[in-house]
Amino acid sequence: MEYFGDAYWSFFFRWLHIMSGVMWIGLLWYFNFVQIPSMPKIPDEQKPAISKVIAPSALFWFRWAAMSTIITGLIEAWLNGYLGDALTLGLGSMGTPLATRIGFGMWLGTIMWFNVWFLIWPNQKKVLGMVQASPDEKKKAGRIALLASRTNTMLSIPMLYAMASASHLG
Amino acid sequence: MKNPLESLQATVVLGLVLTVVMVLIVNAIH
Repeated sequence: MEYFGDAYWSFFFRWLHIMSGVMWIGLLWYFNFVQIPSMPKIPDEQKPAISKVIAPSALFWFRWAAMSTIITGLIEAWLNGYLGDALTLGLGSMGTPLATRIGFGMWLGTIMWFNVWFLIWPNQKKVLGMVQASPDEKKKAGRIALLASRTNTMLSIPMLYAMASASHLG
Repeated sequence: MKNPLESLQATVVLGLVLTVVMVLIVNAIH
């Protein structure tokens, strides 16, 4: 293989895309499978360790990993020449099963990216006290952030199937 | 009625159901 040719750059962005995606979905699953279910079991005086230290740091890497994942994914799809076919779910005359599979993955990933930046992060800022909010607003923000995070956990399952099957089923 | 996404187990089950639906749609398209 020619290093730094088209095939190499396609692989290079796939590598960046996978690393970003592992960090994003890894932290999403950490929030949903570990942190949220553990919070009721943590004594009140120890809760600030999560809400003031761990959660803000995890949310930083979480949202920027989401951004990096979508940017590197779009570059990779463009370099591979299937960006348009994938975005139209392979429904055009040139559509292939690969374009349909990766297209489902891309659209699910895009919905998840939107949830991170426009639902989870703005509401978590209220919950964590990074922006001013009344107790009622905090309670409402917490519920929106939880449901958006759970929506992403639900969507991550078909999204990863779509991404992996596009590479391994063709 | 309680939102099913409040339960982690229901969230995972819904994700698996969505996966099956997606596979059926992909197979129907091609």
